[in-house]
Amino acid sequence: MTTGTPMTDASAEDKASGPMLAADGTPLKKSLARALRMEKIRASMLIAPLLLFVLVTFIAPIADMLFRSVENEIVSDTMPLTTEALEDWDGEGLPGDAAFEAAYYDIFLAAEQKNHTRLGTRLNYEMTGASSLFRKSGRGLDDIGEVYQDQFEDLNKDWDEAATWVELLGDPDWLAEQKEWAASEEGRQPRFKLREGMDELLPVTSREYATFARYQQREERKNLLEEEPWSAVHTALYEDLAAGDMSSYNGPRADMLKAADELVAGADFETVTFRDGFEEIDRDWVKPEIWRTIKLYSPNYTSGYFLNSVDMQLTPDGVEARPENQRIYIMLFQRTLFMSMVITFSCILLGYPVAYILSNLPSRTANLLMILVLLPFWTSLLVRTSAWKVMLQQQGVINDVLVWIGLVSDGDRLVMINNQFGTIVAMTHILLPFMILPMYSVMSTIPPSYVRAAKSLGATNWTTFWRVYFPQSVPGIGAGSILVFILSIGYYITPEIVGGTTGTFISNRIAYHISSSLNWGLAAALGTILLAVVLLLYWAYDRIVGIDNVKLG
Amino acid sequence: MKFSKTLLATTALTVAAGAVAAQEMSDSMTIVSWGGAYQNSQIKAYSEPYLEMHPELQISWDESSNEAVAKLRAMNEAGNITWDLVDVEAADAIRLCDEGLAMEVDHDEILAAGEDGSSATDDFGDSIVSDCFIPQIVFSTTVGYRTDLVGDTPPSDICAIFDLETYPGKRSLNKRPIGNVEWALLCDGVPKDEIYDVLATPEGQDQALAKLDSIKDQVVWWSAGADTPQLLADGEVIMGSTYNGRLFSAIAEQDQPIGMLWDAQMLDFDGWIIPEGLPEDRLARVKDFLLFATDTQRLADQAAYISYGPARASSAPLVGKHAELGIEMAPHMPTDPANATNVFVTQYEFWADYRDDIDAKFQAWLAK
Repeated sequence: MTTGTPMTDASAEDKASGPMLAADGTPLKKSLARALRMEKIRASMLIAPLLLFVLVTFIAPIADMLFRSVENEIVSDTMPLTTEALEDWDGEGLPGDAAFEAAYYDIFLAAEQKNHTRLGTRLNYEMTGASSLFRKSGRGLDDIGEVYQDQFEDLNKDWDEAATWVELLGDPDWLAEQKEWAASEEGRQPRFKLREGMDELLPVTSREYATFARYQQREERKNLLEEEPWSAVHTALYEDLAAGDMSSYNGPRADMLKAADELVAGADFETVTFRDGFEEIDRDWVKPEIWRTIKLYSPNYTSGYFLNSVDMQLTPDGVEARPENQRIYIMLFQRTLFMSMVITFSCILLGYPVAYILSNLPSRTANLLMILVLLPFWTSLLVRTSAWKVMLQQQGVINDVLVWIGLVSDGDRLVMINNQFGTIVAMTHILLPFMILPMYSVMSTIPPSYVRAAKSLGATNWTTFWRVYFPQSVPGIGAGSILVFILSIGYYITPEIVGGTTGTFISNRIAYHISSSLNWGLAAALGTILLAVVLLLYWAYDRIVGIDNVKLG
Repeated sequence: MKFSKTLLATTALTVAAGAVAAQEMSDSMTIVSWGGAYQNSQIKAYSEPYLEMHPELQISWDESSNEAVAKLRAMNEAGNITWDLVDVEAADAIRLCDEGLAMEVDHDEILAAGEDGSSATDDFGDSIVSDCFIPQIVFSTTVGYRTDLVGDTPPSDICAIFDLETYPGKRSLNKRPIGNVEWALLCDGVPKDEIYDVLATPEGQDQALAKLDSIKDQVVWWSAGADTPQLLADGEVIMGSTYNGRLFSAIAEQDQPIGMLWDAQMLDFDGWIIPEGLPEDRLARVKDFLLFATDTQRLADQAAYISYGPARASSAPLVGKHAELGIEMAPHMPTDPANATNVFVTQYEFWADYRDDIDAKFQAWLAK
């Protein structure tokens, strides 16, 4: 091992002289590391407020908003039993009675909590008519339960008393605690506990009464000893009595329960199947569409919003294109990109000469002219957009002048507003300062000596400009273009006012879904796609031009 | 003796309850409305007289009704409701109610009975379109036209919009389907009472769009209520739809050469909702204000400042003159019998179901 020797030598030397020490006796390496660490902590403490601020007020809300484009918990949260019952359903024909039963209990609770209309609105995005179907069902489901409630009540009035139910189903210890609490109504209500064995004897009733108890105690903060249960519990009791055998039961209220069991077994007992009950509310419940929609949108995450935003839809048979007369988003994305590019190029064409002149004038005159560039920049956006309306409309200034000098006849005045042309003109004007300012700041750093040198070497004016000046001004164009393009791709108010029907952008639809249709999921999906497109273009720009070539000043 | 004791006790209790309620009412209230002339009419008719009775109260107005639905949802998710009372259109009230963002109210309990003794529910009648909605005014979307640009026979019925031969020139329509598709079907020969049945079918929707297609290149689409009066004033369009109050102010207040139709006016309601989840003291204040601001006289007073009809039937006979112009306001109300001969009441339940669907088709058609 020839290489071994020097290494052993070096370590031997180290050991001999010991580590280099700082003034206070600690090893220099350690002391340096500590100093550096302190500096790092200090530096990060300095930027911490800004970082936190950006995280809390900017990144987190955006991430939260974008997350909505896939989030879909509302269906399984509101209809947990139905979601479970539909799990094995193959989507052919109607689901079995178990699904109707589950839907009854789910919607009943949702209606009490006033969540059913919210779910209806959500499902209406996917299936027209779901909104009123759920609204109606919330009101109509009482009819099913009241059939049983009335019959039990006729048998024994105590079935409509809160005390019956707490004694029948409640754990004796819990009941004692609850009574103690009820005397003062102070502090927390003891949480309802089922009596042992009841979930075997009366499984559905136990589940439904526990749901009822949870709702009353947690959300309404009512005393369970005084609240008679809602009719879904009576329905559940009927189901249990019809299915099970009560003869061995000898706990509290055994007589009542046995009497009820006899009543249910009797021939005169009136019953309603869940399916008939639902059909009574609305015939749409006995068509497969609503069940397919519920099943399709029951997972916690959905690709439905993203598919919608590219003119497709989720169907039981897989992903399909939307009918042709409903496709708008791809077209709007294309239009937004195309028009933003046109606007960017118009800004380059108009802004370049202005920036060139500004940077080559003596600073006094340049400053004066700069104010002219900035003046519209300081004017309200709405005022400038509305001014363009006055200028461009058919009875507007430009058309009046053209008619007056005889270029167009009074009958066929030019249509320059409420279309793409109007949007391009108004937005080019509004975004022009964002192009001129970076261009100007880059151009004013180009030394005039280069141009003079080129000319003294015999170049023509054009060659001097094209070979010497222009390449040096490209970073300004790049910076201006990125600014203008990214601003215009998300522009909203100007296209809304002057865009008519052919000049509106995707952002107008996003605004519509945020503020008007309340379909935030779709709005978030559209926004996410827009963000992805911008990042993609930025990446392409970096690959082609190089982001290092961009200078903002 | 026993009776008078009970009476005394009840009175004492009521007084005590009243005193407690007064103590518990919040001293500030944020009311959200639409701004402009409409909000001004509310300030004059409701809040100024109320403030005279309650000088300790601070009312701030927020002009956000336009985006109220989205903002209320955001506030609800953030768990911080900063608004106490919000003025919204009926359709938005239904949506807020469905979303659980507006509070359900018992109209007979929180609103005053009519001056003629009818219960609040009867007095407001059909305008209570949702359990959360406390109606204020009836307004309508109707058509105005330039009297000097429509020739010798000014239009008299709604189908003039689709009649390019008699009335050549541009017209302005709302940039959303609601209202337009109903008119289109009506003018395509569908009987009035079948319109929503037809519109519920894909064929019916196509039929409405086909009718609109016949005038598509002559239409300027508006998105703000002020657009049509401006377009009419500039001579950009010869006729166009907008809210009746906007037309009234262009005709009567600004003296423009504009006439208006009442034929097939689309009746709509505007009113209050109380956001869900207000703390008790603020809720008490809002209820106290609402009881005052929606009584028969207050609703009638509002009509002195703007030409929207009071939602209470009992207010109609009390509608007086315009506060500045001194003209009788009753003939300018959409609910006036002479104007209400052919009225369309927007079916909210239909639109709650079909809005997403028809809107997608309408927007795709617009963009073509």
